Amino acid sequence: MNTSFWQAALSITRKDLRAELRSRELVNTMGLFALLSVLVFSFALELDRVARQEAVSGVLWVTVVFASILGLNRSMAMEREQGSLDALLMAPISRTAIFAGKLIGNFLFTLIVGLVLLPLMAMLYNMPLVQPWIVVVLLLGIIGFATVGTLLATMTVQTRARESLLPIVMLPLALPVLLAAVNASTAILNNAPQDDWIAWPQILVVADVVYLTLCFLLFEYVIES
Amino acid sequence: MSDNPLLIETRALTKAYDLLVVLRRLDVQIARGEFVALLGPNGSGKSTLLRLLAGLTRPTSGKILVGGWELPNEAAAVRAQIGLVSHKSLLYENLTARENLRFFARLYNLKSPDDRIDTLLRQVGLYKRGDSLVRTFSRGMQQRLSIARALLHEPDVLLFDEPYTGLDVDASGTLDDLLLQAQTDGHTIIMTTHDLDRAARIASRILIINRGAVGYDAPASALPASELTAHYTQLTGMTASA
Repeated sequence: MNTSFWQAALSITRKDLRAELRSRELVNTMGLFALLSVLVFSFALELDRVARQEAVSGVLWVTVVFASILGLNRSMAMEREQGSLDALLMAPISRTAIFAGKLIGNFLFTLIVGLVLLPLMAMLYNMPLVQPWIVVVLLLGIIGFATVGTLLATMTVQTRARESLLPIVMLPLALPVLLAAVNASTAILNNAPQDDWIAWPQILVVADVVYLTLCFLLFEYVIES
Repeated sequence: MSDNPLLIETRALTKAYDLLVVLRRLDVQIARGEFVALLGPNGSGKSTLLRLLAGLTRPTSGKILVGGWELPNEAAAVRAQIGLVSHKSLLYENLTARENLRFFARLYNLKSPDDRIDTLLRQVGLYKRGDSLVRTFSRGMQQRLSIARALLHEPDVLLFDEPYTGLDVDASGTLDDLLLQAQTDGHTIIMTTHDLDRAARIASRILIINRGAVGYDAPASALPASELTAHYTQLTGMTASA
């Protein structure tokens, strides 16, 4: 009866995607929040081109981070509401497969929002945001946020103040990812020489590996305590 | 306890949350095929015992053996033998009944589960609603689907945590029938409930837990329902629900 790690993880991701395709609860909430945020920033910051180059990556990442927090809260709350997390934990599968399944789903939902944001912000801010290196940094940054966020959402969803608690505990822990992602994006948008900024995506890769390792190791303890 | 072989055993099982001791050195033995009703006031440790047997939480000390496997060290083997039904549905409301069962069938690595899913949907009277979203189901229908989910992998042990919560009279009657059918099919059943009359009627053994310890343990036929109610009140200081 033993189910392989990937069979279990991908089944959980497929289940999340199917439920989301039907309800569109997560992507609609995250997408609407992201749209409103970039519009508000666009109106609030009437910037010249130089100031825009400096500010736009900050706007992008602040929007992605808060949209991902909304999605993470909802994704884990869905597992708690009808007690289905207990049903997952009762299945003869590895606890880390549950983490991997939820993580892949959360990553994909946030990535969709991020990829929609790029052309939208390129238009609103008149900046070349749709370019390969920005997409690479977006991917790496979202892996980091989704990893830390999935673990922390598993913890905070069991508390009464989960909506407010997740950003409070997540933002300090995800700061290295946010810092590297903003610096890399700003340099890329400023057409800085690659040698000047390539260290930031490399730091993102290292941060992602560290977060993935730690979160996979900690998940079983978090889910059972 | 019945003469059948032992299936579940706890030895000096203790569970504490920080300073709050919920179960105190509990020794319980349950034989294969028994239908045990766990009774006791709120906070007595009934649900905690069920969560421990399901491997959802770890004991503070003591041993739990299910089918010869020990928890928590052999949790995966134990979980494969257990089905859980709770007062929550443990289902995904944005999936259909069939999609829910298919999802759990994949987690239990069941080969070609469609026939088994159809059989179970017929058994719980939901075959025609198999492609309806769970969120459109009544509470009683969700509970029946939850039982189908718990039976999917043909577990030896079925754990029911207050399964009658929120059910109307008709749905409760249907649940009685499903529980008795499950016992007839050879499943060992452990059910927490506050409904002493129902427990005395459908279970084969009554186990009252009071303040984390076994206060009463006897076959359901040992005492008439009225005497059992009086004994429960005397033991716990609480009035039993009808």
